Amino acid sequence: MSTDAIAIPRRELASSPIVTRLHEWVTTVDHKRLGILYIIYALVFLLIGGIEATVIRIQLIRPHNDFVSPQVFNRMFTMHGTTMIFFVVMPVLFGFANYLIPLMIGARDMAFPRLNAFSFWMTAFGGLLLYFSLVGANGLYGAGNAPDVGWFAYAPLTSRTFSVGHSTDFWTLALLVSGFGSIGTAINIIATILCMRCPGMTLAKMPLFAWLNLVMAGLVILAVSPLTAAQIMLLVDRYLGGHFFDTQAGGSAVMWMHFFWIFGHPEVYVLILPAFAFASEIIPVFSRKPIFGYSVMVGATVAIGFISMSVWAHHMFTVGMGANVNTFFVISTMAIAVPTGIKIFNWLATMWGGKIEFKTPMLFCIAFLFQFLAAGLTGVMLSVAPFNWQLGNSYFVIAHFHYVIVGGILFALFGAFYYWFPKMSGKMYSETLGKLHFWLFLIGFHLTFDFMHIPGLLGMPRRIYTYEPGRGWDTWNLIVTIGVFFQAAGILVFLGNLLWSNFRGEAAGSDPWDAWTLEWSTTSPPPEYNFSTIPAVESRRPLWDLKHPDDPDSKYE
Amino acid sequence: MQSQGSQILVLVCCSATAFADAASPFRPTNIFAPASTPAKSIFGLSLFVLAVVGAIFIVVFTLLLYSVVKFRKRRNDDGREPPQVYGSNQVELAWTVIPVLIVVALFMATARVIATVQKVSMPGNAIAVTAIGHQFWWEYRYPALGVVTANELHVPVSDPGHPTPTFIKLLSADTDHSFWVPRLAGKTDLIPNHPNSMWIDPQETGLYLGQCAQYCGTQHAKMLLRIYVQSRDDFDRWIQAQRQPVSVSATASQGQRIFETTACINCHTVAGTAANGRFGPDLTHLMSRDTIAAGAASNTAENLRLWILNPNAIKPGSLMPAMELNDQELDALTAYLETLR
Repeated sequence: MSTDAIAIPRRELASSPIVTRLHEWVTTVDHKRLGILYIIYALVFLLIGGIEATVIRIQLIRPHNDFVSPQVFNRMFTMHGTTMIFFVVMPVLFGFANYLIPLMIGARDMAFPRLNAFSFWMTAFGGLLLYFSLVGANGLYGAGNAPDVGWFAYAPLTSRTFSVGHSTDFWTLALLVSGFGSIGTAINIIATILCMRCPGMTLAKMPLFAWLNLVMAGLVILAVSPLTAAQIMLLVDRYLGGHFFDTQAGGSAVMWMHFFWIFGHPEVYVLILPAFAFASEIIPVFSRKPIFGYSVMVGATVAIGFISMSVWAHHMFTVGMGANVNTFFVISTMAIAVPTGIKIFNWLATMWGGKIEFKTPMLFCIAFLFQFLAAGLTGVMLSVAPFNWQLGNSYFVIAHFHYVIVGGILFALFGAFYYWFPKMSGKMYSETLGKLHFWLFLIGFHLTFDFMHIPGLLGMPRRIYTYEPGRGWDTWNLIVTIGVFFQAAGILVFLGNLLWSNFRGEAAGSDPWDAWTLEWSTTSPPPEYNFSTIPAVESRRPLWDLKHPDDPDSKYE
Repeated sequence: MQSQGSQILVLVCCSATAFADAASPFRPTNIFAPASTPAKSIFGLSLFVLAVVGAIFIVVFTLLLYSVVKFRKRRNDDGREPPQVYGSNQVELAWTVIPVLIVVALFMATARVIATVQKVSMPGNAIAVTAIGHQFWWEYRYPALGVVTANELHVPVSDPGHPTPTFIKLLSADTDHSFWVPRLAGKTDLIPNHPNSMWIDPQETGLYLGQCAQYCGTQHAKMLLRIYVQSRDDFDRWIQAQRQPVSVSATASQGQRIFETTACINCHTVAGTAANGRFGPDLTHLMSRDTIAAGAASNTAENLRLWILNPNAIKPGSLMPAMELNDQELDALTAYLETLR
């Protein structure tokens, strides 16, 4: 295979007027540019969602605090949840998938470049629509307001009786519009992986990254469709006299819960599978060993994909579903712990006997392993339905899923940022700032989310704008809030590092990590057409084969 | 790596003290201080689950830490790649089968407790209560005893030898709510068009606290639960008192007139008078309660007066409107309410 790529004459681009360059970004159908657009868009919303989280935590720093009104607090947690799930984590993961999948499978672009651009702009407009509620939501009723129905918007709180004005409509439309974008991207990822792999790359020779994103894309199609359907039903209820969820006219509030969680739980795996994908690329390279048990990892991924479709009602153990239904969802939920555990063991075995280098991406991945282990085990606790009757909707649940999303997904994601930043920008990031970011964020994360479990055990429910003194919740809430400021400092160091390195960093070269997958065989950043000649591969680690012609992987696979 | 190790040690110690604190029985809403059979069954199961996940955590955590420390790249590294190992089917089989066995054990224990709590039929001597969730207060009805009250539920203590449990039918008048008194039972939701039920058999007298655990609107936070567990005699006396009609003294008749000629009666009931609204709490025996506004404030004359003058001062966003009365009317109305014993 060939590794020489023709460097694109970038100087020419840089000297063109800013309007021309902006126009090129807006009209681009290049998967790499769209990937970067997704990522930048998600980072902007990360800042907004982070500010909302900070407001929530300042309000809860002590009992009977009045930093914000209950109305504002309820809008803050609704916007924080909706923003972080739909307009931060999903877009940033789609961004990495978009950027990396064609490069990793030796393709020149995604299967449908124009659909790709369409999907990005749909997602982008969804986010703008959500925040436009601040200006336009109450319509004729007066000034605008953000939605305040919670990110899972249980019926009948969303009916016209309980939610006057248009704030709920902005929430509904934002998710509807971005949902179309997500489905478009999912179709694109599946088509790209199934049809665009380079010669020699059978399904069994794809990087695990591609496998995990393939299953993720399948889940997006299965999970986002019912959410989209539910949003349309809600709109029909609100404007066309439907009664799907209108309990005052005989509708069913429980049906909304089923619709939402048949989306909501697979969604968790939509978010975590790409995080697994990052870890599955980064851990081997920094341990200097191939991934342990590739075929078992693929099998576990597919198993997670299937089982994740049958666990949704574990969000509804307190709804009164009856003993038999509860028992079914206990066993299905516990079952998913098995393939997930297998993954942790395989990453552990990948490090075993290796030579682990503690560069920033690897630090984040190691923390990911520890934290995801803890998050998985609190998940097992929550799967025990009777225990869930106590823990559900308490701060224990909040701590659990932030352990998954921040301690698991976000840590792996930061690892991915540092690992692929040299490829995307062509510059090396500052290792010192990277490590500072890691330690600040690690301390902040543990201050916030370790101690958040405890008020849950002491009976503190979620979504309360204030609480009574004398219940033993005060100290824990204070510590939790202090942690937020460490996390915020970490994020600022991270953004500073990206900006500074992008303009002032040293040239990275095409393969700074001595890595093994195809994206490292082309220049950093890659030319528009990715590869001057389409590579051909013989194993899962084509660059290993190239670097060790005497002992290639293809002999062992 | 030394610093990371010691940091983790500190975290573990902190968590241990935190857990000890959480287990302290002096916390009024602690899930680890059960006082009723459902909460006790859950507590027993939770100890088993904690032991299992705790053991898994310690084993895997140690393995991870060991491999990270042991297999770090050394300073005097020779620069050669380590042996390339691609996998092992025996090892994979081992770490698949062991988790499967653990899951089976956890599942069996769980299924048993689900049945203990959920598959229970109501015995003949049980107290039947209907709890109706409203934005943002609780309505309690004792259909067999002919009593209606709000926000403060009274139940008799249940002697384990001769249990007299209380079975609560859960309904909602508007949005979703959830009934959660951690020391007595796990939570069960109140959902419109979807009647639920739960039961408790508190074994010690006293006041048990909790609050709404399903986001139900602006004042979800101040929809507090108070359950008074009384000896059988005290409970019977309370029921007798609640059944008495109100007697209004002549001094309060001006306040009664104001009450009955303003919007108060659209929402509130005072049994035996013209007031028969159902949107807000029944006020027939208002002064027998310790708190007003679903536990948000103690039931004093000043708080009552403030609540009528400006409900947002106590509970912003509650559905009680400010009544726009002058000082003299407020005094008279408060005086009337104070006669509702």
